[in-house]
Amino acid sequence: MITAQQKPIDEIRGMLVPYKRILVLGCASCVAECAAGGQKETAMLASTLRMKAKMNNEDVIIQEHTLDRQCVKDFVVTLDDIIGSYDAVLSLGCGAGVQAVAEMFSEIPVIPGLNTEFIGETRAQGLWVENCLGCGDCMLYYFGGVCPLARCSKQLFNGPCGGSVGGKCEINPDVDCAWQKIIDRLSRFGALDRLETIYPPKNWSRKQGGGPRKIIREDQQR
Amino acid sequence: MKDVSRLKSVLEKGGFAVTSECGPPKGADPQAVLRKTELLRGKVDSVNVTDNQTAIVRMSSLAACCLIKKAGLDPVLQMVVRDRNRIALQSDILGASAIGIRNVLCLSGDHQSFGNQPDAVGVFDLDSIQFVQAVRNMRDQGIIVGGEPLSHPPDMFTGAAANPFADPMDFRVVRLAKKINAGADFIQTQCIYNMERFDRWLGIARDRGLTEKAYILGGVTPLKSAGMARYMKTRVSGMDVPDQLIRRMEGVSKDKQREEGISICVETIERLKQTPGIRGVHIMAIEWEEAVGEIAERAGLLPRPVIDDQ
Ligand code: SF4
Ligand code: SF4
Repeated sequence: MITAQQKPIDEIRGMLVPYKRILVLGCASCVAECAAGGQKETAMLASTLRMKAKMNNEDVIIQEHTLDRQCVKDFVVTLDDIIGSYDAVLSLGCGAGVQAVAEMFSEIPVIPGLNTEFIGETRAQGLWVENCLGCGDCMLYYFGGVCPLARCSKQLFNGPCGGSVGGKCEINPDVDCAWQKIIDRLSRFGALDRLETIYPPKNWSRKQGGGPRKIIREDQQR
Repeated sequence: MKDVSRLKSVLEKGGFAVTSECGPPKGADPQAVLRKTELLRGKVDSVNVTDNQTAIVRMSSLAACCLIKKAGLDPVLQMVVRDRNRIALQSDILGASAIGIRNVLCLSGDHQSFGNQPDAVGVFDLDSIQFVQAVRNMRDQGIIVGGEPLSHPPDMFTGAAANPFADPMDFRVVRLAKKINAGADFIQTQCIYNMERFDRWLGIARDRGLTEKAYILGGVTPLKSAGMARYMKTRVSGMDVPDQLIRRMEGVSKDKQREEGISICVETIERLKQTPGIRGVHIMAIEWEEAVGEIAERAGLLPRPVIDDQ
């Protein structure tokens, strides 16, 4: 899923200064899973903003609403009925959600309330870790199910570097060395020989070389 | 005068090569490079020029190599993959060759979070092994990554680094093998303080025939103080400084510690000279270039051989 964290409240309030009628718009998908922009967080943020506005004698209306998926047009469309009452949307969707709303409602400013972080997993309560960069050409087979792009600090295809010590990365002892994990896993499957050959330069055009990416599936189109 | 790699000539003639290192200044003064160079003249065969080492912005390694080359020494252009993508890396290889630089050392580079630009993006388009391979393909096949031909191939004696002291232990020789298979002509190792562990690593490399396929230069760094030894042990990852060495440094008074550091370094070189499969030494006297001449002298590495084709 996509992970995100809420921006600092002062930054959010700073962006909202010009607006009087604000819709705080949550998303019940990924950002709900990472407790950043789901229904609960949306309600909490809206009430914090109302409270701050009141304390500062600001004359604003702040209301909240949560979509099931803010990045899917079919859901965004449902805002049509209510969006006219506001002069700004504070989106608690990921970057894709913010832009999906902005794309559909070109007349209204859509302000990001989250910092979108990474594609990752919920590893434990309150712990999310990055494990994929969305490179467009998945190499996990070669690397025993551990991504060297997302999880090695130097994105080594032929690691580990000379700083790997005791399973930890040289940049910070709190960071696991992805390459130690790759080697451990492959040796468990007796597949360490996969690492004897030199992994060739990556084709980055699948990620960014071709400009913004699109997936077109005719079989899915109506 | 034809541009040839002195390092390559010495090694090919069977000599025990001596390289050292020059860190470019955090400024634009060419004299800062040339002053360090003068301390190394006649004491070493070639001078590695570091590339924004520890991710700190410094004079470019390519420019500093050019200054050193003009001063009549043989520079080894260090290039890290942290700051440049494959277009820039390959382009700089061509440029370096064009101005007569004949050695390159391909490295990953210290992570940007260590330096004075922690907000920078880390490029890491190629890794160091892929970079070695790219340089060799440019030189030997006249092609760049992707296979397009060059109008004129670069002439580069190509090196890589190896750290025998990092983890996982068993995989370190595999990685050395990959670097050599990628096309590394020479290898410079991380500084050696734990000779036993180094011998074990080299033994496996010898058994795999790797010491026949590339010239391996053992890295040494003279310790300036007991404090430095402790710092290296605890704060620099992938550095193995045995306690016994730290105690030895602590055992002499502060004003004698530099001398003790040099003695340790000389003893290490003496052992490296006796080690089958070791073809030279890389003396990294960090901000202490003055020490290199003394170390070389005491280790019996002087005078450096005269290479007639230069
Ligand atoms: S290889 Fe690419 S697609 Fe696969 S996990 Fe890594 S970044 Fe994601
Ligand atoms: S220590 Fe491991 S994770 Fe960190 S940069 Fe080196 S190989 Fe990558």
